[in-house]
Amino acid sequence: MRRSPRETLESTRRISRRGLMLGAIQAGTVAVLTLRMRSMQLAHADEYRLLSEGNSIKIRLIPPARGLIHDRNGYLLAGNESNYRVTITREDAGDVASVFAQLRRLIAISDAEAETMLADIRRRSPLTPFTIADRLSWEEFSRIAVNAPALPGITPEVGLSRFYPRAADFAHSLGYVGPVSDFDLGRIEDPDPLLRIPRFQIGKIGIETKMEKALRGRAGIRRVEVNSAGREMRELSRQEGVPGDTLQLTLDYRLQNYVQTRLGTDSASAVVMDVTNGDILAMASAPSFDPNLFVRGISTTAYRALNEDDHRPLADKSVQGLYPPGSTYKMVVALAAMEAGVIEPKETVRCNGYVEVGGRKFHCWRPAGHGNMTLQQSLEQSCDVFYYEVSQRVGIDRISDMARRLGIGLRHDLPVSAVAEGLAPTTAWKKRRYGRDWVVGDTLNSAIGQGYVLTSPLQLAVMAARIASGREVVPRLIRSQNGVEIAPLDAPPLEIAPEYLAAVRAGMEAVVNAPRGTALASRIVTASLRMAGKTGTSQVRNISAAERESGVSANEDLPWEQRDHALFVAYAPADAPKYAVALVVEHGGGGSAVAAPQARDMLLFAMRGGLPPLSDYPENQRTRIQSQHDAMDLVDPDVPPPSASERA
Amino acid sequence: MSHLDYGLKSPPTGIRKLLYLNWPLIVLLAAVSSVGFLMLYSVAGGRIEVWAEPQMTRFAAGMAAMLIIAMVPIWFWRNLSALAYVFALILLIAVEFFGDVGMGAQRWLEIGPLRLQPSEVMKIALVMALAAYYDWLDLERTSRLVWVILPVLLILVPTALVLSQPDLGTSLMLVMGGGIIMFAAGVSLWYFGTVLAIGIAGIWAVLLSRGTSWQLLRDYQYRRIDVFLDPASDPLGAGYNITQAQIALGSGGWAGRGFMQGTQSRLNFLPEKHTDFIFTTLAEEFGFIGGISLLALYTLILAFCIHSALSNKDRYAALLTLGIGATFFLYFGVNMGMVMGLLPVVGVPLPLVSYGGTAMLILLMAFGLVQSAHVHRPR
Repeated sequence: MRRSPRETLESTRRISRRGLMLGAIQAGTVAVLTLRMRSMQLAHADEYRLLSEGNSIKIRLIPPARGLIHDRNGYLLAGNESNYRVTITREDAGDVASVFAQLRRLIAISDAEAETMLADIRRRSPLTPFTIADRLSWEEFSRIAVNAPALPGITPEVGLSRFYPRAADFAHSLGYVGPVSDFDLGRIEDPDPLLRIPRFQIGKIGIETKMEKALRGRAGIRRVEVNSAGREMRELSRQEGVPGDTLQLTLDYRLQNYVQTRLGTDSASAVVMDVTNGDILAMASAPSFDPNLFVRGISTTAYRALNEDDHRPLADKSVQGLYPPGSTYKMVVALAAMEAGVIEPKETVRCNGYVEVGGRKFHCWRPAGHGNMTLQQSLEQSCDVFYYEVSQRVGIDRISDMARRLGIGLRHDLPVSAVAEGLAPTTAWKKRRYGRDWVVGDTLNSAIGQGYVLTSPLQLAVMAARIASGREVVPRLIRSQNGVEIAPLDAPPLEIAPEYLAAVRAGMEAVVNAPRGTALASRIVTASLRMAGKTGTSQVRNISAAERESGVSANEDLPWEQRDHALFVAYAPADAPKYAVALVVEHGGGGSAVAAPQARDMLLFAMRGGLPPLSDYPENQRTRIQSQHDAMDLVDPDVPPPSASERA
Repeated sequence: MSHLDYGLKSPPTGIRKLLYLNWPLIVLLAAVSSVGFLMLYSVAGGRIEVWAEPQMTRFAAGMAAMLIIAMVPIWFWRNLSALAYVFALILLIAVEFFGDVGMGAQRWLEIGPLRLQPSEVMKIALVMALAAYYDWLDLERTSRLVWVILPVLLILVPTALVLSQPDLGTSLMLVMGGGIIMFAAGVSLWYFGTVLAIGIAGIWAVLLSRGTSWQLLRDYQYRRIDVFLDPASDPLGAGYNITQAQIALGSGGWAGRGFMQGTQSRLNFLPEKHTDFIFTTLAEEFGFIGGISLLALYTLILAFCIHSALSNKDRYAALLTLGIGATFFLYFGVNMGMVMGLLPVVGVPLPLVSYGGTAMLILLMAFGLVQSAHVHRPR
């Protein structure tokens, strides 16, 4: 496409003219840029260099206050306390060793400590502050603050540190916080700049870590002018951060304290639930530990002691502990059998003390046998043979299906660490896991909660709550976040015929209240508060034929770790269920003697909202209960706990 | 221009075209890009694989694209101009629906492994379309109102789309880039004067009305304007970057602090240290000498473009070359003005130096057009 020469000539002339004008404008702009650069880099370079090196402006993060955690009534479970500490920034310090030597005249630092610290400081970035000493007393802190001008690079500062006012009671569910480690940083993608603050505390375990996002809050920003030694001269502006969300748990401060105290020094665990909405009111694991030790940095010896204790104080047994449920599993089998139509509530099964299946004898706990048993009687007296018989009719897969509907063998979604899944075994599972077929003997073992079946106290409590309410109650721990109520999860009715549930409930009521009930001694005599429950005693060892011949050894004669686990699940009041409890005492012996009385006391405390009157107990027990009450050292939540400094 | 060049009756053909490329321009482009590699290596703390290496790959790809484009006669590209514009417009509309918002406000389009910024494509497509338009338009009609409105619409449609992303910097560049072509094509100065006058009057009215009963904008909008014009009034937000950038730039002094010695790396608060604010690192580490050298390289590239345009008798080629030069000028002028605190902070990268694939590729391809215009100029 060629154009006529005239036009091209005219257009070229025009473009040339305008192009030159453009060039001139552009050249002018370049000149302006050059002048500006000259002015900044030559005329004012000193000022900028001063700004950059000397009196420069720095942005400092203000760590937000970590969110508070309250119990269901608003009592503080986790708060923050002031913490005086001193940090060093290598770049500002210049000669670190000499600064260090001066600092050691003010606060006590041993030679060995000083040496490792110096090595540590040299390894780190020269710009990140390094914490030399933490939790200083006010005297030490003020001594450093007064001498600060002579200590370049040293910054005395006040920070907030996590504090658990009721040390051990909530250690397992709350967990604890600790300084961010390299491991944590590696785990978290796109880390919050807050995590770069030395010794910034984040949740390490329990609710503290599961709710970390809500609890952490957002950093504030301070703009400060610092001199060449890095010391702050003045604060130019300040923009406060956003503190973490306040959490309100479903746990009840007093009940938790009572339950923890009642469990005592045994290796035990208990969960108390509200059956109407799934609120977990108490979730205790004993023995416990003081989480404040971890916040402050626990000593190796103290940690080793906790770690090597055979009662495993660091484990949260309420959700992590898995136990064969023993006879507490019989409700599951009974419901599965009725629903499958293999047994009627009034039908009887004869117990001769044992059954023989596949050439193997399966014994009832009562060698002489129970005679003819109805379903209610089988629960009341905890007859094993009844369940050996019934379980063969119904089959393991239907039993385990029922178990899962009642909350066993599945992971409940609670914001605590390592919630265990448990196990409701099926034929397919065994094939997959062991490559062997399921045999009838496995079913019989499972029927009395032995063998492969494994449950956590939490799952047992959910089971009790679901049987009691007839609804699919879902456990929960968080009641509100920042004052916004979290609605309890939907609890649709269990799809189990009411008459079957009624039969099982009648059996559980008989366990505690009928003359031949296995937990008769643990009954509540006040009619409106009567308890229904089920004992369980699960073996942790095999009883050989020879031993059975010569008489089974009593638990007391065995070493601790070979004794049976004592279990009890219950709810109350029997007529209008409100609370459910599940309790496991590891190697505690028999469920009726060891677990049931404790569970009763916990339910009574929950129902009465405090220590129950003696009139709730059978007459012959009242003196003993009185002395038990007297011996207990319970908290009064309205008396504030001692602050950290008073304790120190 | 040697005597021989004028002796040629027609543009060179075949492999001989390589000889007639504007080689000094290629050398200059490579030099500027190398400055970029060096700075990207420096801001990454001495690591090449972070930014410098991917940037080099893109440079190589861009150079190849440039040579290929340069080999194709310019009239072929002229005939494609309208198509290029429509294509860029479709991309811009597509990004409204499928785009991802990256750092800042620029939107990306993911096409397979490619991450494309349609607004960068539009900068060149608009230049092509306007150049083709004025090439087609009769000379005496250039300043008639009807024929002025059409190119204005060509500019405003993509501008509106980019503004809605929202990317103020790029939309301003589109308006200015388009305006420059209209200016170069010879549209009467009255139009420019009128637009300028109305614009100034409008701004005047908006500012004057503040606090009176006929206030034109809401209070918070005024506060935004304040921060936009004076970042220092919001030192923790928008102003923080620019304050730190100026400190870094100013502290460079005459000869700078030396390669990799800038405290810029400490200023990790600067989120754009490898993109829009990369000039501050150069100025800090190489001082006034380094900064002025880069500016000189840019100016030389610009001068070569203008020279090539003015010595080209083909109208499309001349306008295109001027337009691409002007776009390039806008890139570095706005970016440097921004980091030096002369202009408000709008997201415009430093051409061929800032880290960024689309801008690099598009610019080199645009210079491919400049080369094609140069090689195939009428003799």
